[in-house]
Amino acid sequence: MIELHELTKRYGAKTAVDHLTFTVRQGVVTGFLGPNGAGKSTTMRMILDLDRPTSGRVSIDGKGYGHLSEPLKYIGALLEAKAVHPGRTARDHLLWLAQSNRISTRRVDEVLAQVGLTEVANQRSRGFSLGMSQRLGIASALLGDPEILMFDEPVNGLDPEGILWIRNLMKRLAAEGRTVFVSSHLMSEMALTAEHLVVIGRGKLLADLPMAQFIEQNSRSSVRLRTPHPEQLLDALARQSITAEPGPEGSWEVPDGDAAGLGELAAAHGITLHELSPQRASLEEAFMQMTADSVEYHVDGTGAPLTGTTVPGAGPDWGADWRRPSKQKGSD
Amino acid sequence: MASFPAILRSEWTKIRSVRSTVWTLLLAFLVTAALGALLSLLTKNNFEDFRKGASAPFDATATSFAGIMLGEIAMIVFGVLAIGNEYSTGMIRVSLAAVPQRGTLLTGKAMVIGGLALLVSLVTAFVTFFLGQALLGGHRTTIGSPDVLRAVLGAAVYLTLLCLFSAGVTVMLRSQTLALGVLVPFFFLLSPILSAVPKVKTVAHYFPDYAGRQMIAVFQAPSEPYGWLAGFFICAGWTLLALLGGAMVLRSRDA
Repeated sequence: MIELHELTKRYGAKTAVDHLTFTVRQGVVTGFLGPNGAGKSTTMRMILDLDRPTSGRVSIDGKGYGHLSEPLKYIGALLEAKAVHPGRTARDHLLWLAQSNRISTRRVDEVLAQVGLTEVANQRSRGFSLGMSQRLGIASALLGDPEILMFDEPVNGLDPEGILWIRNLMKRLAAEGRTVFVSSHLMSEMALTAEHLVVIGRGKLLADLPMAQFIEQNSRSSVRLRTPHPEQLLDALARQSITAEPGPEGSWEVPDGDAAGLGELAAAHGITLHELSPQRASLEEAFMQMTADSVEYHVDGTGAPLTGTTVPGAGPDWGADWRRPSKQKGSD
Repeated sequence: MASFPAILRSEWTKIRSVRSTVWTLLLAFLVTAALGALLSLLTKNNFEDFRKGASAPFDATATSFAGIMLGEIAMIVFGVLAIGNEYSTGMIRVSLAAVPQRGTLLTGKAMVIGGLALLVSLVTAFVTFFLGQALLGGHRTTIGSPDVLRAVLGAAVYLTLLCLFSAGVTVMLRSQTLALGVLVPFFFLLSPILSAVPKVKTVAHYFPDYAGRQMIAVFQAPSEPYGWLAGFFICAGWTLLALLGGAMVLRSRDA
């Protein structure tokens, strides 16, 4: 269990992490979500005692990280995939890590096999692709067989195969009863893996709730209708005491509507429909609305609305429609 | 607390598993021995020219160590690389996550780096000495002569201390390139030049390299302000200061 209490980090006048208080619960995947620059990486570095908090505290199983003896056996972390010496082989990298925490060298070969790097174990990591480096980083996190695992943006820059592999790995680790704390700036990624959600923006806590609850609160569905005879349609709907709200481009939307029933209603009244489509607000949009005020870097001049309406054609596979204007700085 | 022998073993794996650090040590050995041999041979063949007007007694030991100026640069580079590659790759965060007791980690690092540097320096010093003496012919000295063994060991200690000094400075600067950019010009250009400039040289004589080289002299020249033992303490003092400074920076700064 990781507990953060009023954790704050200031760099000069800039507050990177602002009085964060939350708990990462045992045995579940907790998603740590926020736009780039929200303070996710800084928070993770403070958990590992790499960065010292300006105020507040953080503890792992009740202890400060610096007081853990052989910490790799408690908590394994992947912060940056490329933080390995390019001239050292994958096996040697894991070997020194294992030796520092008195982990048996047998574990080195075990984790290499687990992440699928056995064949390149004796190659220098200079030639590794980002995906391979990421696997090596995950191997080092798994090395001490820890109860808690922490990954910072593990799918960043990975190909679809790599992303799928990491998703499955996290689910498997949680299924083994381990605590997984994983950061991302992609809601879609979190929706697939996390059971619990912590959202931050500009270093402040915005939400701390179970994923199911977040989905329930934020995935409002509606049916969109478009017709050349809106008055007749609204009359027909009013007679059934169905309320409709104006939608984009002259369309009308019926919250929680039933598409089949509405189609039949229109047919019964002889109303021509140009569109009859179920709509679902994506979680991505809900997340963007939540963090809209706390996004660090807006693209100049576009003024693109972050709140926006439902993206046309957004099916139930929410999150596939990541539409934010490209404003990410490399990584935070 | 993390187990200290475990840290030593881990740091040893780090050093031996990277080629560049191993190569710089080999280079330190080759350069010191080869250049010393060359200058010893030149001295033997041109002994009368070289000694014209010299009042001090001929120091055969120091002559065989004439190549140490270049060997020390390789040692300095080794000290910088052994620490600095953790900063250049970002691996320092992985290291500190594995061993959060920062002072202990640095102590372990310094012991492994210093131990290895001392071992290589001892081999270098003795090989360089015997090779140089063999080439000096009739002007040679023996290891049994007064102060000669001390001077040979002094050469090894000198190289080791400079290596550790550089390691300490690298931790303070937290950057490999910055450390190389500061240390190499300082020891290769600035310190030798300053120690020849009137007035300024009284300060430059207390720099770690100038002080440390007094350990290699068998005879104390009348122009030198202090002897080999004082030289050792000055050089060791600088090294200790650099390592303590490094420890302070490592403990206080965010990684």
